[in-house]
Amino acid sequence: MNIPTRTRLRDTHVTLSHGGGGRAMRDLIDEVFASAFRPDAMEDQARLSDAALAEPGARLAMTTDGFVVTPLEFPGGDIGKLAICGTVNDLAVGGARPLWLSAAFIIEEGTEIALLRRIAATMAAEAEAAGVRIVTGDTKVVGRGAADGVFVTTTGVGVIPPGRDLAATHIRPGDVAIVNGVLGDHGATILAARGDLALSTDIRSDCQALGHLMEAVIAAASGTRAARDATRGGLAAALNEMAETAGVGVEIEEEALPLRDEVKGLCEILGLDPLYLANEGTLVLFVPEAEAEAALAAMRDRPEGRGAVIVGRATADHPGQVRMRTVFGGARIVDMLVGEQLPRIC
Amino acid sequence: MKYATEFRDPKAAKAVLARIAELADEIGATRAKPVHIMEICGGHTHAIFRYGLDKLVHDGIEFIHGPGCPVCVLPMSRVDECVEIALRPGVIFTTFGDAMRVPGTKMSLMQAKAAGADIRMVYSPLDALELARRNPDRQVVFFGLGFETTTPSTALSIQQAAREGLENFSVFCNHITVPEPIRALLDDPHMVLDGFVGPGHVSMVIGTHPYDFIARDYGKPIVVAGFEPLDLLQSVLMVLIQIRDGRAEVENQYARVVPEHGNPVSLAAIADVYEKRPSFEWRGLGEIDHSGLRIRAKYRAYDAEETFGIGYAAGPRFVAEPEGCACGQVMTGRIKPTACTQFGSGCTPEMPLGALMVSSEGACAAYWQYGGARATEATE
Repeated sequence: MNIPTRTRLRDTHVTLSHGGGGRAMRDLIDEVFASAFRPDAMEDQARLSDAALAEPGARLAMTTDGFVVTPLEFPGGDIGKLAICGTVNDLAVGGARPLWLSAAFIIEEGTEIALLRRIAATMAAEAEAAGVRIVTGDTKVVGRGAADGVFVTTTGVGVIPPGRDLAATHIRPGDVAIVNGVLGDHGATILAARGDLALSTDIRSDCQALGHLMEAVIAAASGTRAARDATRGGLAAALNEMAETAGVGVEIEEEALPLRDEVKGLCEILGLDPLYLANEGTLVLFVPEAEAEAALAAMRDRPEGRGAVIVGRATADHPGQVRMRTVFGGARIVDMLVGEQLPRIC
Repeated sequence: MKYATEFRDPKAAKAVLARIAELADEIGATRAKPVHIMEICGGHTHAIFRYGLDKLVHDGIEFIHGPGCPVCVLPMSRVDECVEIALRPGVIFTTFGDAMRVPGTKMSLMQAKAAGADIRMVYSPLDALELARRNPDRQVVFFGLGFETTTPSTALSIQQAAREGLENFSVFCNHITVPEPIRALLDDPHMVLDGFVGPGHVSMVIGTHPYDFIARDYGKPIVVAGFEPLDLLQSVLMVLIQIRDGRAEVENQYARVVPEHGNPVSLAAIADVYEKRPSFEWRGLGEIDHSGLRIRAKYRAYDAEETFGIGYAAGPRFVAEPEGCACGQVMTGRIKPTACTQFGSGCTPEMPLGALMVSSEGACAAYWQYGGARATEATE
């Protein structure tokens, strides 16, 4: 991170004047965000090079997402890392190579500037690792109580190479469902980090960018049908959405689901189901059976995919439904969640 | 967690299931003449569906889902009173998470929160106590809810508040007891029950003797069970063995956790803080004598009913259940959730009409979520 040596920003906390459009705002943007992101020009609009679009048949992809999380910093990441990974992953699972991002900040009056610097530094490092550039942004300051610390909105633009077409509608009965690693770590981390539970755990968020992993999978298994980033609603929501779109059934094996003992334990105590816990670096893929081994091998070659396993497959039966064979050999429907999971009382 | 996985061993389960099938055949259990076993506790209902046990056991065994989900049996009038307290200025209303979505006449606590009430989800009454310490200018009310499992922790928080002389903490007490509704169910001439699987967590506190009357006075076997799938299956087997042998006893399958005489520290806290109400209303079951607890006069300062002049302190208030809601009939095992005319149409987890669809431990929600109904339709 590149912080100018002669700093003009002497405040320790954000005040409304940092959002007023004057010198104070300029200083905040320069010294906290621009110095970390180093965009090509300090203008409101980024002018993107067209080299990436030069190939005939290449398509643009665009996505946007707002990020709110309590606490702003947690084991394994912070809101900035979430904002970069979330948007990069949305592009990646659509088959796009993520290239450019915008970042808009809504900052509550009173927020520590040191915290903003840490968030900006994480974002810069994460963007660089993911191979994307933060090319434009926006900063607004709102009064105390009008926001919860910091909200971040990122928009991402990427390019889908010619001939690549991932879509849930391509999923066929017999295709296998693969995930890249353990489930529920992010959701469990946030629950524990909120401090409402007198529980200490070593769980860290799985927050990570999946662009490189997706490229590796597609290179090894060109027939890859569709991918999703299993975020809110967990694996259950991602699979339900894909089953419904594709008009196929999905059957998963409880025994195959990669879950940490700590996550299982936390869920047991609180009466939650890990299938519905949020993830921030979990890829769900459908691949033709013939290419499954190649996809798995390519994934396991990368750190983001080391724990890749087959969790189930698409079926012609019960279209639109996700079912799980329990460790007991029983079967149950894994439905979409209604609202959020609420811890039970005993 | 290795401890838990041992209770989910598929091989062991298969062996127990085979024994259950053998015994069921020996007893002559068929779909026409099934053995009705009531699992009293909502936690058991949830586990049965989560592991698909209802479909794995012999056809002649039918689980009847009992009244043991404290959120489900909470009458609507009490939810309304929670909302009333929560909406008062200066109040911080604290509750366990799964009570948030239970519908009241006008709104649920979740909706009251959106309407501006300061409602916080807590994981223990001690968290509510801490909120009271940190907010001396606010009145912090804890929604005391649950059976004997959660009753002691509420009692301890009241004792602690009294020791500290906290003046801004109170409990809206809705604690209820297990034995009385079971007696009420057994007295119901329409009930057809052959045996019970007893609630393990409750028995950690009260032991096994409070169920003696089930075996002694009503001649029904009861086995206190743990919550892992193998615990449940083994308990079903133990009930069947009693039926085959013509015995009716209280047996303890969950002996690794449940002491015969309960937990003396918890029992002492309960006896110190609460006394029985003459009667308490249960959703779907109506008023049941001596089935609820209220805070003793010596802790009156911590009784939200007194502080806010609400609930039984203000006189009984009965709110009729929504029309078409058959929660009561489901809870007494008279009909299956799917036989309710509202199931899946007027009443879904998105728009629950009755409480059994709200809590994840409610029979209807379990049927819906784990596809008790839909899975069967689709595959058979």
